Amino acid sequence: MDPNPPASNRWLLFLTVALAALATVAIAGLLINIFGHTQEAKNAFFKVVELNDNIEDPAIWGKNFPMQYELYLRTVDQKRTCYGGSEALPHSPTKGDPREIVTASKLEKDPRLIEMWAGYAFSKDYREKRGHAYMLTDQTFTERQKVVRQAGTCLNCHASMVVPYRKLGNGDLFKGFETINYMPYSEARKLATHPVACIDCHDPGTMELRITRPAFIEGMRALKASQGMANYRVDTMATRQEMRSFVCGQCHVEYYFKGPEKELAYPWAKGLKLENIVAYYDEVKFKDWTHAETGAEVLKAQHPEFETWNQGIHARSGVGCADCHMPYLREGGLKISDHWVRSPLLNINRACQTCHRWPEQELKDRVEEIQTRFFDTRNLALDALMDLIHDIKAARAANLPDRDLATARAFQRKAQYYIDFLVSENSMGFHADQYSVKSMAEAINFCRQGQLTLRTRVPSRQASAAQ
Amino acid sequence: MKTNVAVIVLGVLLGATFGLGVYTFVYARGHSYLSNDPRSCTNCHVMQEYYAAWLKSSHRSVANCNDCHTPHRLIGNYATKATNGFFHSLAFATGNFPDVIQIETRNRNVTEGACRTCHREITLAIVQPHGTGDVSCVRCHFNVGHLAASYVVSNR
Repeated sequence: MDPNPPASNRWLLFLTVALAALATVAIAGLLINIFGHTQEAKNAFFKVVELNDNIEDPAIWGKNFPMQYELYLRTVDQKRTCYGGSEALPHSPTKGDPREIVTASKLEKDPRLIEMWAGYAFSKDYREKRGHAYMLTDQTFTERQKVVRQAGTCLNCHASMVVPYRKLGNGDLFKGFETINYMPYSEARKLATHPVACIDCHDPGTMELRITRPAFIEGMRALKASQGMANYRVDTMATRQEMRSFVCGQCHVEYYFKGPEKELAYPWAKGLKLENIVAYYDEVKFKDWTHAETGAEVLKAQHPEFETWNQGIHARSGVGCADCHMPYLREGGLKISDHWVRSPLLNINRACQTCHRWPEQELKDRVEEIQTRFFDTRNLALDALMDLIHDIKAARAANLPDRDLATARAFQRKAQYYIDFLVSENSMGFHADQYSVKSMAEAINFCRQGQLTLRTRVPSRQASAAQ
Repeated sequence: MKTNVAVIVLGVLLGATFGLGVYTFVYARGHSYLSNDPRSCTNCHVMQEYYAAWLKSSHRSVANCNDCHTPHRLIGNYATKATNGFFHSLAFATGNFPDVIQIETRNRNVTEGACRTCHREITLAIVQPHGTGDVSCVRCHFNVGHLAASYVVSNR
């Protein structure tokens, strides 16, 4: 062999070495990547701490379940969808309200709400929704606290309550619940530390979903009894898939404070539909307040997502809350439920496309079309309600006696409860689209009927009707 | 003499590369991808739920993954395996893919073709009067092979 190879051969040699080195790096990289992926699938769970029913702090639970915990923390994110969610708005902290960020006022956006809730605390402060992380702060510092002396009951759904209930009840959840119900909010508030946490939905030993809210157990018992099933116990008899909705249904519901004990109760003894709930309230003669402008004894709806979802096609198909609001996601080789609870519209691939084989944009357009149709109908209903309220006001001003106003007021009570129910419900009609639009049509009809009763009673109107 | 050393060094290097390549191929069960066994597709766990759903589907005893997802001709078969193999590996290695995976046009056409090969007599009768427009088998029969949702529902 020539001891002095030509330069071109030497370059070829270098080039080959360089390429071989690069190929080795690439193959080694691939090998490690494959190794990593095969390892990801193993070791799903490392027990770092021993959990029990006295540990409330989700950060401690998070040591055993870091992936779920990290997602749970993300409920601080504020993001809008077409009709829901909210943007973060700066707020200058005051002595009574140290929040630096709040959400936009819904009252400013739609002043008709102020008139609907005239004389009630919600007409003072009602804001757009944001994530679970804010539930306790926002309840503590809402203006509503300053207008009315709120009850400790409110905490049932705005804080992690398992530990406070058990402490106050000496280990008995029900007893603790009853004690907190009639405490003043400011006093009860001292017992609560965290927004809803792991312990509120999970058994610390098995991580199975569980029910921790006495009012839900009672509400479901009454509901099932109305369907012919006596002594139903939701905390022991519900299926695993039902639990994926029931844990949410402990709070995302309509409720009222029963009797002088201010016991938190769900009005489900006749069923979950609007007509059932109104019939129930009429029977127990419940009112939330007396309308400041018309004198009608009216009701306030809270956040009846569970009742509304129950009327829709997803509930009928066995699709639960968690299927869309906490869909499975992949962390390496593991599938976990997304504990970043949020609007499915912010997560269409995982929330919708598991079942619906359409492009993301198409699915989003469909949802927004449903919501816009509801939004438009809801606006008509609110206009109709304003007309009824104005007519009752005018009739009052004309000194029409109470007995002549009674029917119109009863229609107002019904109409505004139907509207309020679905205005407060957090899906802009999506959870049960046809039911929601139908309910708005009924509300418009109640307003019309209410106005008709006045027409025959107010003298000046009688005259104009005769002409 | 110098050159001989260089050639030996080069030989060792290339041999190492080759050896590492073979090891990686075997470790990653590369040979399984040349087979027709549906379990090869679950080497990567993304496909596990689709495999599980297929086991419960109406087609499980008459068609496997390859029957519906690769063309029935030799070259097309390996070309599709190679293309999908490359892009699936790339996606899986980089993590750049949606959790609920979505079929793309080329692969959808392969599957449409598979329907029309086995069910030729029926599909010809349907397609001909309608022309070749956008009649799609899987638009309606989306759950005959595997429906991820049916897996999710039956396993909770």
